[in-house]
Amino acid sequence: MRIIVCIKQVPDTAGGVKFKPDGTLDRAAMLAIMNPDDKAGLEAALRIKDAYPGTTVDVITMGLPKADAVLREAMAMGADKSYLVTDRPLGGADTWATSSTIAAAIREMGDYDIIFTGRQAIDGDTAQVGPQIAEHLGIPVISYAQDVKVDPEKKTVTVQRQFDDRYHVLEAKMPVLITALSELNEPRYMTPMGIWDAIDAPVTDSNDADYAEKYKEILASDGKGVIIWHRKDIPTLKDEDMGLKGSPTKIAKASDKVRKGAGTIYKDLDPDQGAATICQALVEKHYI
Amino acid sequence: MSLEDYKGVFIYAQQVDNHIDNIAFELLGEATELAKPLNTQVTAVLIGSGVKGLAEELGWYGADRVIVVDDPELKEYRTEPYAQALAGVINEFKPEIMLVGATAIGRDLGPTVSARVHTGLTADCTSLAIGDFPIEPKPGVETLHNQLLMTRPAFGGNTIATIACPDNRPQMSTVRPGVMQKLAPDKSRKAEVIDYNPGIKENNKFVEIKEVVKKVSETVDIQKAKILVSGGRGVGSPENFKILEDLAKVIGGEVSCSRAVVDSGWKPKDLQVGQTGKTVRPKIYFAIGISGAIQHVAGMEESDLIIAINKDESAPIFDVADIGIVGDLNKVVPKLTEDIKAELAKKA
Amino acid sequence: MDFTLDKKHEMARSLFRDFAQNEVKPLAQEIDEEERFPRETIEKMAKNGFLGITVPREYGGQGCDELTYVLCMEEIAKVCGTTAVALSAHTSLCIDPIMSFGTEEQKQKYIPKLASGEYLGAFGLTEPGAGTDAQGQQTKAVLDENTHEWVLNGSKCFITNGSEADVYIIIAVTGTIEKRGRKMKEISAFIVEKGTPGFTFGTKEHKMGIRGSATYELIFQDCRIPEGNLLGQKGKGFNIAMHTLDGGRIGIATQALGLAEGALDLTVAYTKERKQFGRSISQFQNTQFKLADMKARTDAAQLLVYKAAMAKDAVGFTTQSTYSVEAAEAKLFAAETASAVTSECVQLHGGYGYIREYDVERMMRDAKITEIYEGTSEVMRMVISGSMLRG
Repeated sequence: MRIIVCIKQVPDTAGGVKFKPDGTLDRAAMLAIMNPDDKAGLEAALRIKDAYPGTTVDVITMGLPKADAVLREAMAMGADKSYLVTDRPLGGADTWATSSTIAAAIREMGDYDIIFTGRQAIDGDTAQVGPQIAEHLGIPVISYAQDVKVDPEKKTVTVQRQFDDRYHVLEAKMPVLITALSELNEPRYMTPMGIWDAIDAPVTDSNDADYAEKYKEILASDGKGVIIWHRKDIPTLKDEDMGLKGSPTKIAKASDKVRKGAGTIYKDLDPDQGAATICQALVEKHYI
Repeated sequence: MSLEDYKGVFIYAQQVDNHIDNIAFELLGEATELAKPLNTQVTAVLIGSGVKGLAEELGWYGADRVIVVDDPELKEYRTEPYAQALAGVINEFKPEIMLVGATAIGRDLGPTVSARVHTGLTADCTSLAIGDFPIEPKPGVETLHNQLLMTRPAFGGNTIATIACPDNRPQMSTVRPGVMQKLAPDKSRKAEVIDYNPGIKENNKFVEIKEVVKKVSETVDIQKAKILVSGGRGVGSPENFKILEDLAKVIGGEVSCSRAVVDSGWKPKDLQVGQTGKTVRPKIYFAIGISGAIQHVAGMEESDLIIAINKDESAPIFDVADIGIVGDLNKVVPKLTEDIKAELAKKA
Repeated sequence: MDFTLDKKHEMARSLFRDFAQNEVKPLAQEIDEEERFPRETIEKMAKNGFLGITVPREYGGQGCDELTYVLCMEEIAKVCGTTAVALSAHTSLCIDPIMSFGTEEQKQKYIPKLASGEYLGAFGLTEPGAGTDAQGQQTKAVLDENTHEWVLNGSKCFITNGSEADVYIIIAVTGTIEKRGRKMKEISAFIVEKGTPGFTFGTKEHKMGIRGSATYELIFQDCRIPEGNLLGQKGKGFNIAMHTLDGGRIGIATQALGLAEGALDLTVAYTKERKQFGRSISQFQNTQFKLADMKARTDAAQLLVYKAAMAKDAVGFTTQSTYSVEAAEAKLFAAETASAVTSECVQLHGGYGYIREYDVERMMRDAKITEIYEGTSEVMRMVISGSMLRG
């Protein structure tokens, strides 16, 4: 089996959020980590690889060149090849353009049986890219996966899919896209050996003169490798479907959350008034 | 086909087991507000099997029209047949705005459908409005009127963004449950009911449901709780935690506590908030009978809304509280539980 | 000269930090309180390859270097001195001498299992009457020519990972030799497996610090091991022990470094939070100066530790002692830094620093041992000055 895992480098939201003057996020100024739900997807893929030797797990990310860091991390955890899709015209994409681009890139990666994505990224919290990649590729999507089992003979997956008050046990034919929740599993750590291999992995950029030859070499090897692609490597992607221009949604306004002011302390209320004050605040703030 | 041909505010009326989900009524309330400045109709899209009888209720809550897609393939929610149904309705009826609840179903259906009909989707909105895009006029940029401005938190609530979808229709949004106001039901209102079936076709994207399992309750992890009702030494006794548990139950939260409570053996260590316990960041943190030592505050100060109840007005907890009530927790807390219960009953 | 870590080591540090924070830290207080060996943590470290960091891949290890191992020790010691010493005794005192002095057969037999964590390692030199003074050794090993077995009798004390470890490097007297006209004990090293008849565990020590570490007496009563379990040449046991301790000292220096860093991190955070006289105590110049002194000293210790690790990396597994002085300097300075810094950190915590629930209390107790075991600070001074005055 061949599994592709889509991962995203996201700013660690615990570290504080910064903006550029145009209202878009200043990702460069924030600490970057592998999105937690994506890591759960990677772990699910690696567990399948552990259970069915011969399975390969390749990862793909779209982002700035520094997103290389999450590819190395994925390889240090056990992934095989990794693809970085990076190019200026691809930037500023919303979920529609992002999913179009990744879907088109996946088509260039060749055959696959399962695609894992995280349910959602902690920067956008949209949970849209996974289902939209499936839609663009014309394959079934199972989102909110809690438990994943595969049958390599029958080429099917059986997945527990979580809803608000229940779960469905679903069976789908491969190829299939599954979106993983961070609750799905406890992702493994990298190993020291994996780290050394990931850093030593050969890298080829489609802009390099020896790219064709080196890409072939990397694909033929059992080891790890990093492949860097640009716009030109995704010929099936239309210009109008990518980047800021290909994004139906536009940011009208973005801002830091308004800091909360000093609180209000009520000293002279009787218990009934006190309770009513709290209750009213909860209603006004839509908590109840 | 121009954007002007898309008309009306549509909502996806989510039903599960042929019960309309509360989110549908909330969306109808919001859609009614949005339809006013646009001078247009509110349409509910009801998808399922044997669901036509539910249409009437949608009218009471504000739907002018209900489009019913009824098909045996639509008995339990599955992404593909439901996406075929909703995308079919959009293609046929051309809504200007399509609202979907940001539920587990809506956040699966919404992205699939928006990709299929090639439009933008803004996830998990907490506020919607009709206005201009750009919001402030920009030289050289045409100001578009009557756009749907969709506001949503991002970055785990650290930021707020307002999104528009100027060049594609429908303007689609998933809306966070519990945020929008539903209207008081008016049983004299009658919605026009339209049967429509785009034809559900089985394809490779169909999945088979092997089993449906209703969830059992999970063990308490206070770090995952959205609402924490936390008690300190001031609660007085382990038995008296009952009044906190009652409040937690009514408001859908969990009970946690301060170190003093754990040290007294009233509650297990798992429930301790603070530097030597767990760091929590719920939406609402009730600090009840907790003085607010720095070691406790370090574990909860990032909570969105901190409500403190303490009889000692000099308690440091009041320095970090958004709302502080100086008073007897034994009187305030049970009253608060009653008030919230009454408030919820009013809304139900 | 470059004082920055390369990408591999930087990434390895982030791994070890995550692991220490998530897996080691939550248990630190509990295992100290209960004097319990952190078996579950050892198993997790094993699963992630941490028990064979320096072991070449052909022996089932991770194929990384001493500096990588030191980074692992450092991050773990930042949150738990006990867990760190278990790793140090296993890697520096058991894997290292087998890799350096073992036959191919011994390496094939023991190293893959030690590297994978199936076996835990330990080292037994100290006896009630003999620490660093090898001539005080009483444990004897006699070869039974008929059965081709060594027969061990005697006892070892204060053995880290005692009873928990599966493989022990044991130093014992195998005869007498004449050296410059003086009769001296001939010392040899052996590999002894747990479960060998005649090999039992005595008293478990109750200690001031590193209380979760299993410190045991080892007892040998007619304990028979195969002749092939002699490690290195007969009569070279003292060299093997001293060489092993050179490496061990890098491990302990790192443990000390981590304790100082860990205590300092907690203290910086605490002084920012703790308010007295209406302002945080970090705003007092006394606090600021103390923090500055501790930071400079801890960073200096880190440089000595990394330098020693890199000196060891320059030669790899070897029978030659080329990094004794670097190791001694690192251990002397880091251990005394750990003691001084953790004690000052307790002071800056005030009354809370003396309370068990606050980690600096434990760190101060854990730090003291680093000035004592695997060669006291006094012995480190002897090693360093000896090299200065030689010749």
